[in-house]
Amino acid sequence: MKYLDEFNDPALARLLFEQIDAAATKSWAIMEVCGGQTHSIIRNGIDQLLTDRVELIHGPGCPVCVTPLEMIDRALAIASRPNVLFTSFGDMLRVPGSREDLFSVKAKGGDVRVVYSPLDAVNLAQEHPDKEVVFFGVGFETTAPANAMAVFQARDRGLRNFSMLVSHVLVPPAIEALMTSPTSRVQGFLAAGHVCTVMGTRQYEPLAQQYRVPIVVTGFEPLDVLDGIRRCVLQLESGRAEVENAYPRAVRAEGNLPAQEMLAKVFETCDRPWRGIGMIPMSGWRLAPEFAAFDAERRFDVGELSVSEPEARTLPRGRSAAGHTQAGPVRVLRQGVHPSHTDGRDDGLQRGRLCRLLPVPPARSAGGGASWLRPPPHRRSTSRAGRARCRFGTRTAS
Amino acid sequence: MCLGVPGKVLEVRSEQGTRMATVDFGGVTKTVCLAYVPEVQEGDYTIVHAGFAITRLDEASALETLRMFTELGMLDELGEADAGVPGGAT
Ligand code: SF4
Repeated sequence: MKYLDEFNDPALARLLFEQIDAAATKSWAIMEVCGGQTHSIIRNGIDQLLTDRVELIHGPGCPVCVTPLEMIDRALAIASRPNVLFTSFGDMLRVPGSREDLFSVKAKGGDVRVVYSPLDAVNLAQEHPDKEVVFFGVGFETTAPANAMAVFQARDRGLRNFSMLVSHVLVPPAIEALMTSPTSRVQGFLAAGHVCTVMGTRQYEPLAQQYRVPIVVTGFEPLDVLDGIRRCVLQLESGRAEVENAYPRAVRAEGNLPAQEMLAKVFETCDRPWRGIGMIPMSGWRLAPEFAAFDAERRFDVGELSVSEPEARTLPRGRSAAGHTQAGPVRVLRQGVHPSHTDGRDDGLQRGRLCRLLPVPPARSAGGGASWLRPPPHRRSTSRAGRARCRFGTRTAS
Repeated sequence: MCLGVPGKVLEVRSEQGTRMATVDFGGVTKTVCLAYVPEVQEGDYTIVHAGFAITRLDEASALETLRMFTELGMLDELGEADAGVPGGAT
């Protein structure tokens, strides 16, 4: 397949590994923001073959796992109502609320359906005028244009039985929260390529400047990820802190303007709690007042339904760097286990439940594999006979 | 969740006033909304997420990136036979 095979080429991958190895004279810690990149890194064994001097820290890039507990509980409360047809992307169904998940609601007879696109949910609303069709609008900036269009079209088609439970999160405020955390070890970021196809790269420039941190917009194929790492290391070694685009075939500086226009119409920025992290000011989108009629929280009156999440730290309000110093996300990161993986239980029974969303090779899964909350350093231990395997070849550990 | 998949636009049409397309993902086809990529035409490649095309894949940039990778190798004098232009890049 075009644009896939070329960026999987083993010969070029080896070359990039060598380039990174040659460029890194010191040790650097780089965070890949997006869960999709984490997936690519683990699946392709990139972390196995990478020089020990570059440590990859897995970032918060999974909207599934940062959706707050109370939002899941709201979804469960709505989905359990008799007249509701509840729709969602498949990966939200196994996310535990305080007592159960959407799968158990479905098992108990709730009408919960997986859709491929939010437009499918709008079509369902049209086909079932007797039902209240609700879509669980979760995601980063990548998913937001699709969700915004669904609400817009529902209004356009005059549908009164469609609403959306919106729990959108934004990447730049999360990067800022990380950078203002005193415990953060992150020295450079691989920004999420698909988020940037929508939002462009410019919104990262103030962050790179203010926090003196390189931000490299990175794609998802092995060569994309390796080139992102290579550019980030080069910046770190030369003391630069710039926004760089390593995914130019898909990302333009200005982003997708028609999508941004739609987002500005349908959503407005709001404070948003992140599961396992706590409140990050102005880090989410909710429906704009003009579209309040489509807000499932209002329609079903579950907005007040809130639960306390014992592990969550709340970041102080206000955006000053000093304001964030007491409790940053990385402190939670260091605890090693994501609250949503244990559901507050110590027996580890639920651990890895969400991790099943990302297939991890067995050898790697023991440590939590894709979990962005695994305590650093996440690299292989040298115990594996000094040899690391990867689909791009083997490496003898030095 | 933010997985975007590249695909080739086979056929563009209008459905309820919205630009839609059949997109081929290496053999599997799906209906995709083109509302956000007015510039995309039949034969173009695009990245699709949640049923929406979110960007047009730019062939010139893709080739440029691949050429840069290859040149990195030559600069390094590592450009042995297997580090040449990868297959399928044309
Ligand atoms: S595996 Fe768990 S922690 Fe990792 S990205 Fe998915 S939900 Fe989040």
